[in-house]
Amino acid sequence: MSTTIETHVGSPRRRVDGRLKVTGAARYAGEVAAPGLLHGYVVSGMIAKGRITAIDTAAAEAVPGVVKIFTHANRPNVPGGDADYQDMVAPPGQPFRPLFNDRILYSGQPVALVVAEDFGTARHAASLVNVRIEAEPHETDLDRLRESAYVPPEKREGIAPPPEPRGNADAAFAASPMRVQNEYRIASEHHNPMEPHASTVIWEGGGRITVHDKIQGVKNSHDYITAVFGLPPDDVRVISPFVGGAFGIGLRPQYQLFLAVMAALDLERSVRVELTREQMFTFGYRPGTINAVAVGANPDGKLQAIRHAAVAGTSSFEEYQEVVVNWSGLLYHCDNIALNYRIARLDTYTPADMRAPGAPLGVFAIESAIDELSYALKIDPLELRLNNYADTDENAGKPFSSRELRAACRQGAERFGWSKRQPEPRSMRAGRELVGWGMATGIWEAMMMPHSARATLTADGKLELACATADIGTGTYTILTQIAADSLGLRMEDVTTRLGDTSLPEAPVEGGSWTAASAGSAVHLACEKLRQTLFQHARGMNASPLANASFEHVQFRDGRIDLRTAPSEGVSIVDVLRAAGLDRIEEQETAAPNAETKAKFSQYTHSAVFAEVRVDEQLGVVRVTRIVDAVAAGKIINPKTARSQIIGGVVFGLGMALHEESMLDHKLGRFMNRNLAEYHVPANADVPEIDVIFVDEHDDKANPLGVKGLGEIGIVGTAAAIANAIFHATGKRVRSLPITIDKLIE
Amino acid sequence: MPDHALPEARSEILPIDLTINGKQTRLNVAPWTTLLDLLRLDLGLTGTKKGCDHGQCGACTVLIDGVRVNSCLVLAVMKDGASVTTVEGLAKPDGTLHPLQDAFIEHDALQCGYCTPGQLCSAVGLMREGHAYTAPEIREHMSGNICRCGAYPNIVAAIEQVLAR
Repeated sequence: MSTTIETHVGSPRRRVDGRLKVTGAARYAGEVAAPGLLHGYVVSGMIAKGRITAIDTAAAEAVPGVVKIFTHANRPNVPGGDADYQDMVAPPGQPFRPLFNDRILYSGQPVALVVAEDFGTARHAASLVNVRIEAEPHETDLDRLRESAYVPPEKREGIAPPPEPRGNADAAFAASPMRVQNEYRIASEHHNPMEPHASTVIWEGGGRITVHDKIQGVKNSHDYITAVFGLPPDDVRVISPFVGGAFGIGLRPQYQLFLAVMAALDLERSVRVELTREQMFTFGYRPGTINAVAVGANPDGKLQAIRHAAVAGTSSFEEYQEVVVNWSGLLYHCDNIALNYRIARLDTYTPADMRAPGAPLGVFAIESAIDELSYALKIDPLELRLNNYADTDENAGKPFSSRELRAACRQGAERFGWSKRQPEPRSMRAGRELVGWGMATGIWEAMMMPHSARATLTADGKLELACATADIGTGTYTILTQIAADSLGLRMEDVTTRLGDTSLPEAPVEGGSWTAASAGSAVHLACEKLRQTLFQHARGMNASPLANASFEHVQFRDGRIDLRTAPSEGVSIVDVLRAAGLDRIEEQETAAPNAETKAKFSQYTHSAVFAEVRVDEQLGVVRVTRIVDAVAAGKIINPKTARSQIIGGVVFGLGMALHEESMLDHKLGRFMNRNLAEYHVPANADVPEIDVIFVDEHDDKANPLGVKGLGEIGIVGTAAAIANAIFHATGKRVRSLPITIDKLIE
Repeated sequence: MPDHALPEARSEILPIDLTINGKQTRLNVAPWTTLLDLLRLDLGLTGTKKGCDHGQCGACTVLIDGVRVNSCLVLAVMKDGASVTTVEGLAKPDGTLHPLQDAFIEHDALQCGYCTPGQLCSAVGLMREGHAYTAPEIREHMSGNICRCGAYPNIVAAIEQVLAR
C-alpha cells in the first residue's frame, strides 16, 4: 500500500450501516415478519424462592385467539440434558432452565408462556394466568452473606483469578507511615439496552427453523438451541445482523429464545417472543460488589502495600465470576500486594457480563483509594500515579506489548488544564456551585480470539466480506469495510459486509473489546490471500504488464493492480477476473492470536480520565460539566466510530457514578425499580461535552493490525474520576456508587 | 387475582382514517391498540421502536400533525383523521435523506441504531417548536429520548448543525 495516498484505515469514515439505521430500514430480532406469526407473552413469577403449587390457565385459554399456554406442567419434553444448557460464556454451574420444573429460583422467573394469534391477545391472556407459589425463605442481601462468601472452586473460563500475593502486604501496610483503608461499594446495575430481548423463530417446515435472535454471537444461540432441543446443526440457522444495544446482556442466550423455539417446534408455526422493559430486569445484571482496599505508602508517595478484597453476588445455580481485583496489581509498581475475590450465592438470577465486567468496580475502589492517599500525602493525584507507574505487568511478571499510559496522563492533563487545579477541596467555585476536578486511570485487556472471515470478489469488481460476528453498534461493519477497501484498493462503496448469520464463517461472541482485533485480522488475512490469488491471475494474463513483477512490486489501488514504480502500468481487477474466466474469487481465512507473543507479553489498553463536576451545595445536585478521556488503545481504524465507542463508555461510567442502581428489596427478594423512570440511565441533559484523545501507540505484538479494542476502556476509569472530582468539589468522600443526592447532603 | 374477563368491546373494531407518511389509510383497529403497535405490528412500519411501552424512553417517538409524541402512549382510535410521520417518512420519496438524517450519519450520532428513529423524529419536532438553539437547550429538550449507547454529544452536534442552516 502506498503511503502517499490517504487510506481508509486511520481516517474518519461514516458508518456504512448509517443509512439503514436513520431510515428505519434496519430490522432487529423482534421485527421480522412471517406468515401466520404467533406472538408469545411471558408470565413472570414474583416470588424469590419457592415452589409452584398451581397454575390456573383456564381463563386465559378461554380468550379467543389464544393458541396454547405453556407451563412447566405441560411443556414439551426437551431432549437436552442438564449440561446441554451450557452456552459458550456460561460460568460454572447449572444454567437456568426455563419452565423446567416447579422450582422458583428467583423473582421474575418466567413461569408461563401464552401464545396467541396476535400480540394484544397474548398480552391480555397472560394477565389472566393465575400462578400460586409456595414461598420459602430467601436471601438476596450480600451484606448478610459476606462472611460466608467463598473463593469460587471452579474458575470461569477466560476469567483470570487473582494473582498470587507478592511480598507481605499485611506487614508492609502495618509498617507504612501513610495508610488509607476503606470500603468501596458499587450498586447492582441492569444493562438496559434500548431494544428489549426478542426472538422470532421462523418455522421453515420439516423441523427446520430460522431464528432471529438478539444475541452478540449467533453461534452461541445456535449451539444452545441444537443441544437443548436435540436438533441437527443444519436444521437451525440463527440471524442477528442488527442488535439494538447489548453491553454484555446479549452474550448468553436468554429465556425468550428457549421459549420461542420451544413453542415453534411444538406448534410447528412461526413464533415471536418479545420481553417487556420490566422483564429486562428478570435476568442478568452487574453484581453489586463490596471492595475492601488498603493502601500504604511512604511520605514521599512511594506505594508500599496494596490489599484489595472484593465480594460479589452470584445466583444459587451458577458461580458467576469477573475480574474485579486484578487491576489493583497492574496499575502501580508495588512490591507487597494481596488480592482476593470471593462470591456469595444470592436468590437472584445469575449476574451477567456488563460493559468491562468487573473492571470499573475494582478500578473505582483502587483509584478512589489512591486519590484519598494523594490528599493525605498532599501530593497531586496525577503526580502520585506517575510516581508509582508500573513499567511491567507485575501480576504476570511480563512486559506490556505496549503501554502509553504515561502519555495518556500527560496529554489528558494538558487538554483538561489540570495544572490550574487548586489542590484543596472546596477551593474552586462558580456562582453558587462548588467546582471539583478529579482524575483516574483505566485499564482493560486487549484480547484477540480465533476468528474466520471470507472475502469474495465478483466479476463486477465488488467485494463481499462475510463473518458471523455481531455489530451491536460498535462499528464493526464499517471498520471491516475499511480494512478490505484498503487491502484491495477499492472504494468503500464497492465493499459489502455481512455479519450476524450462522451461515457465514465462524466467529466467537462479540464482546470483551476483541472484535476489531479478531474480525479485523481475519478480514485482513482473507483479503491478503485474495490479493495474492488475484496477482497470480494478473501475471498470467496475455501480455500482462505484470508478467515479470513480484508481489512486493505491485499496489492495489482504484480497482487496479499496478506497478508501484509505474502506477499506470497494470491491469484492472475486473479485467483480471474476465481474462481468467472467473465470475468470482473467494478466499476464507482464520486468524488466531500468536501463542508465543501472548506468552511473552501482557496486552492491555489504558486510559486517563479527567472530570469536572459542579455541585450545588444546598441541594446536593451534581452536574458533570466536562470530561477528557485520553486513551491508549493501539491503532485506531476509524477515529469517528472509535470516538463514539469511548463517548459511550464514558456515559456508561457517568451513569455508574451518579445514577444507576438496581434496588433490591431484601424482604421481597426482588429488584423494585424495573422501569426506565425509576432506573435512571443518563439522559441527554446529564451528559456534557466529552473530549476524547487517542494517544499514539504502536503495538506490533497484539495482533497483525496493531489494534487493541475500544468497547470497554471508556467506562473503566470514569466513575472513579467523577467520584474523585466530587470529593475535590465538596470535601466529602462518598465510597458508594451511585453518588446520589442523599449521600451528599446527609 | 381480580376477575379480568375480557370486556365485550373485544369485537368492537373501529374504523379510523390516518395519513401515514403522506398516504391516506383507512384502518380497522381495536380500541386498545396503541399507535405504536398499529405501526409496528399491523402496518409493518418497524422503524418506530418499542423500548419501554411506558413513555419513558422515547424510542417510539413519531410526529402527529408535526408534534412529537410517544406513540406507545397514544391509542390509535384517538387520532382519527390525524397525520402521522414516522422515521420511514422523513426522507424524500426519491431517497434523499432529511438533513437531520444526514447529519446524524455525519456526526456518528448513532451506534446500535435502536433509539435513532425516535431521536430523529424528536429532533424534527424540536426544530419546529423553535425554542432550542444552544447546546444546553438542545440537551434539555432532547432528554425524553434515551440513547443507551451514549451518543448524546454527537446527537447534539448533529442537531446544532442543522439548526445553524
